[in-house]
Amino acid sequence: MSALASPGDTPLEVRDLAMRFGGVAALGGVTFAVRPGAVTSLIGPNGAGKTTAFNIITGFQAPSAGQVAYGGRAITGWRPCRIAALGLVRTFQKTSVFPALSVLDNVLTGLHLRGATGVAAALLRRRRVADEERRLHAEALSVLEFVGLAARRDALAADLSYGEQRLVELAVGLAAKPRLLLLDEPASGMTPAEKASTAALVRRICDSGVTVLLVEHDMRMVMGISDRVLVLNYGRLIADGTPAEVQRDPDVIRAYLGTGHAAA
Amino acid sequence: MRRETIAGAVAIAAAASAPLWVWNPYHLHTLIMAGIFAVLALSLNLLLGYTGQLSLGHAAFFGIGAYATALLSVKLEWSPWIGMLAAMVLPGLAGWGIGRLALKLRGAYFVLLTISFAGVVSLVSVNWMDLTNGPLGIPGVPALAIALPGLPELSLRTKGAFYYLVLVAVVAAYVLCRRLIASRVGRALVALRENETLAESVGIDGTLYLVLAAVISAAMAGAAGGLYAHYTRFVSPEVFLFTYTVTMVIMVVAGGKGTLAGPVLGAVLFTVLPEVLRAATSWQWQMLLYGVLLIATLFFMPRGIVPTLVERAARR
Repeated sequence: MSALASPGDTPLEVRDLAMRFGGVAALGGVTFAVRPGAVTSLIGPNGAGKTTAFNIITGFQAPSAGQVAYGGRAITGWRPCRIAALGLVRTFQKTSVFPALSVLDNVLTGLHLRGATGVAAALLRRRRVADEERRLHAEALSVLEFVGLAARRDALAADLSYGEQRLVELAVGLAAKPRLLLLDEPASGMTPAEKASTAALVRRICDSGVTVLLVEHDMRMVMGISDRVLVLNYGRLIADGTPAEVQRDPDVIRAYLGTGHAAA
Repeated sequence: MRRETIAGAVAIAAAASAPLWVWNPYHLHTLIMAGIFAVLALSLNLLLGYTGQLSLGHAAFFGIGAYATALLSVKLEWSPWIGMLAAMVLPGLAGWGIGRLALKLRGAYFVLLTISFAGVVSLVSVNWMDLTNGPLGIPGVPALAIALPGLPELSLRTKGAFYYLVLVAVVAAYVLCRRLIASRVGRALVALRENETLAESVGIDGTLYLVLAAVISAAMAGAAGGLYAHYTRFVSPEVFLFTYTVTMVIMVVAGGKGTLAGPVLGAVLFTVLPEVLRAATSWQWQMLLYGVLLIATLFFMPRGIVPTLVERAARR
């Protein structure tokens, strides 16, 4: 999968990111950086602000304050499609595919940034379009093989099982040629076996040179595949370290288990 | 695929030979109108069938096209072909404006935007007397003629000749839509319909592609309007009638939105059907039967005639 991306070399930096909804602070000034070439997990109890952070980083929401920079470039407030073109691609917490399209067409649509045909070329340059279609087809198949969905390529996305739909979503994200892939709970609702293979897949994505930022509730998966873990609680970053360090951190234990347990 | 090729060949052969076996001029007129509506339905389908946005102001683009060429060729006495070009460019610009205004407006809001636009344009055509002649309309729109160097001028004044011009326009519109849809551009349009948020997250600029679709769709509808103006040789505010838009929607939805053959089939069916009913029954029954047949079509083939037939053929 060397075609996916060159090893990411531009870190993502988030500075003093804040998001207020009325009086509620979903994010209260969060600062962190995501190092290239690793799997970084962003964890925290429900409502900690993980998805809000994803939405802001990928341009789906504008922050109340703070900046997002990628590769030294300020991207705060950019439109999602422009951020995607830089190589920051996300998946969604709630399954998000193109339901009425086949699995192959889902991935072909995800390959948008890897094609160049515009309206004029589509109408007038049939040879060039045919060449591009052939190339995109081959790339789509290689993405489907990578995630293990090649056998299902002609099925409609809406007809797939839940776990398979999540894989389609991953394939669509990979098709967009990410340098940094933001995965929002990719294993939620999966069976244990599906979770294990998804964890392995995330690791392989990272090994192929794509930096991964992961939001996930399954601690076995997080601790198993992350190089680094960031912990959010009530919109604040309370820990940042290796899985082992984070698991020992008293603040993290308190956030997850409650103060009573921490005192005991 | 084979069956599709055969069906296409039969349709083209029937369409190309029609003036040879359709002797009744009124029947030929009906076929010309079916062709003009086929271009309109294909144009509406680009928005409704592929991007999933319903334009209920499509008659506006049709009417702007008709007025553009009528005014240029009557008042300024420009070549009708330049008029035809303007009949695509001006509606295209209007489509660009609608697409830009739509920005984040989708669904019901897009529908309201297009209805309002059509309402405004229609009022202008009635009230700007100096430009449009108001309700009196513009008579004396010249006929189109083809003048190639070294050949005698070929007038498209007769129904038989004009029929072929319309046929060329339908084929051109069909090929245009087909090439767009079979490319990366077409996939981006469909992605808007299927899941715009996901589309944006993989780098598809939703606004850009909606504007593109609106411009192309409006230019096609405008071309149909230009053809109509040079065919009837008279343009009045009647070209902005909401009925035209509704007819287009019926053709696209009943024929099969999001397919290429559907709108064409729908256009032919729903232009010919009222005429058949007129001949078969009295006027009291004509529109009633039309309504009943339309409802029956949508009841038994909710996704449209073409998708249902294709599915049935595939199952066999």
